[in-house]
Amino acid sequence: MISLRGKVALVGAADSQVGIVPGLDANELCADAILLSLSDAGIDKDQVDGLITCNSMSKPMLYHAEAMAEYLQIFPRYCFAAGAGGGTTFSILHHAASAIVTGMADIIVIAMADCLRSGLSREQSLLAQSSTGHPQFEQPYGPTVPAYYALIAQAHMAKFGTLPEHFAEIAVACRAHAVKNKNAQMRDPITVEDVLNSRMIADPLHLLDCSLVSDGGAAIVMTSAERAVDFPHPPVYLLGVGEGHNHEHISQAKSLTTSAALESSKQAYAMAGLGPKDMQFAQLYDCFTPTVLLELEDLGFCKKGEGGPFISSVGIGPDGSLPVNTHGGLLSHCHPGNPGSMFALTESIWQLRHSAGKRQVINAHVGLLHAQGGIMSSHTTLILGRDAS
Amino acid sequence: MSRIQPQVSGLSSEFFDGCNEGVLRLQHCKSCRAIQFYPRVFCKVCSGRNLDWVNASGKGNVASFTVVRKALTEGYKVPYIVALIDLKEGPRMMSNIVNCESELVTVGVGVRVVFSAWSDTLSLPVFELSNER
Ligand SMILES: [Zn+2]
Repeated sequence: MISLRGKVALVGAADSQVGIVPGLDANELCADAILLSLSDAGIDKDQVDGLITCNSMSKPMLYHAEAMAEYLQIFPRYCFAAGAGGGTTFSILHHAASAIVTGMADIIVIAMADCLRSGLSREQSLLAQSSTGHPQFEQPYGPTVPAYYALIAQAHMAKFGTLPEHFAEIAVACRAHAVKNKNAQMRDPITVEDVLNSRMIADPLHLLDCSLVSDGGAAIVMTSAERAVDFPHPPVYLLGVGEGHNHEHISQAKSLTTSAALESSKQAYAMAGLGPKDMQFAQLYDCFTPTVLLELEDLGFCKKGEGGPFISSVGIGPDGSLPVNTHGGLLSHCHPGNPGSMFALTESIWQLRHSAGKRQVINAHVGLLHAQGGIMSSHTTLILGRDAS
Repeated sequence: MSRIQPQVSGLSSEFFDGCNEGVLRLQHCKSCRAIQFYPRVFCKVCSGRNLDWVNASGKGNVASFTVVRKALTEGYKVPYIVALIDLKEGPRMMSNIVNCESELVTVGVGVRVVFSAWSDTLSLPVFELSNER
């Protein structure tokens, strides 16, 4: 297998306005993010010869990437839309990297946006997202998206003695990061007590254990490592990537407490020649607090079952030894559905450019990003770095 | 507003017919004797294609559960319990736990199947606490 290590780089990154963004629909936000990312990369839209997108729930189009190319009047030779839930962003990045290495495209834009807040009613938004459940054998029982993840949380608590306080600490840490991010949707500091006192949604998950419902979009520009040095910003290199796909429906998962983040991270670490201890920050998929706890374990930051105590002792907030979700994550920055991890990606690019302002992690040279889609189903781990080798 | 209705089609018809007759039917592999759920065109253990159906005991244990406090749609009355049930025969299935206080449900507790009308023409398996481990 050809290693992608150091072969491609991210040379442009931009977020649209996020949070509650009335006035622009999902496709307009997507176009906005693309134009901003091109301007960040210092290139003209005509230089883009690859475009990858993900369809939106609020304004779906049958051939989304093709429609976006048409909208922008770009005429790529490589163009497709993909869908793997929250894992889409990083699995697409994996595909884009191989497309650049094999010469299918030279400059690829990855862009996604959705308007779950302004483009859908709250009920439509919840129903659309919960349709990830099996239509015959799960959905009839009325599981909401929080309920699916509550099943994982409850199993972890029963097996390892994890406490609601441990989950709450994750929400508190993400909020502490968001306080430093003027673009974040939720910026008022919260405490563990606030989380535990917030309304119960699906035991053991409280309202503040659940991610936001947002509008927003983001885009990045990727090219080969050779070309990357000609762009205005310092390139951010892909050092490792791996995927793991274990199930789609939670009732078919091999384990409720260990995910395919184990497999995806093993591949990413092996490609990068790095391990969890080498990471100065981690952006971990946080649609609900328990996912971060499981990911910390499966990605090797601590032993299986010790995620709770690890969070308490090491710290994942701005002052912790392992800052997690330095932009505020899906819990506090924004969560427009499938594009969610795009914001972890753009944030990581800024962290590794050393342009993250108040949120800058000191001496950030290498960071790990992890996304999952479905219900802990499809996993992709990325390792990004300031240096190609 | 009614609850979400499963589409009864293909191999699953046998399963849903069983539900209407008050029997929990699972697919059984004639080659390796594995029992599986949900129904598939092959055995997920040995990849054999020779499958028939067996009547399950209807007994199992709770693998995990949650009490839903904010309903999926107006068709569901909160609070309700969504659970993953490990059937005695091996397969795991999602269901509801009914007819009990949610405080009594724990991971590992024993349950047994009952059938609940989802529409005029279809019943689905749900579970009650069985007072057995
Ligand atoms: Zn078999």
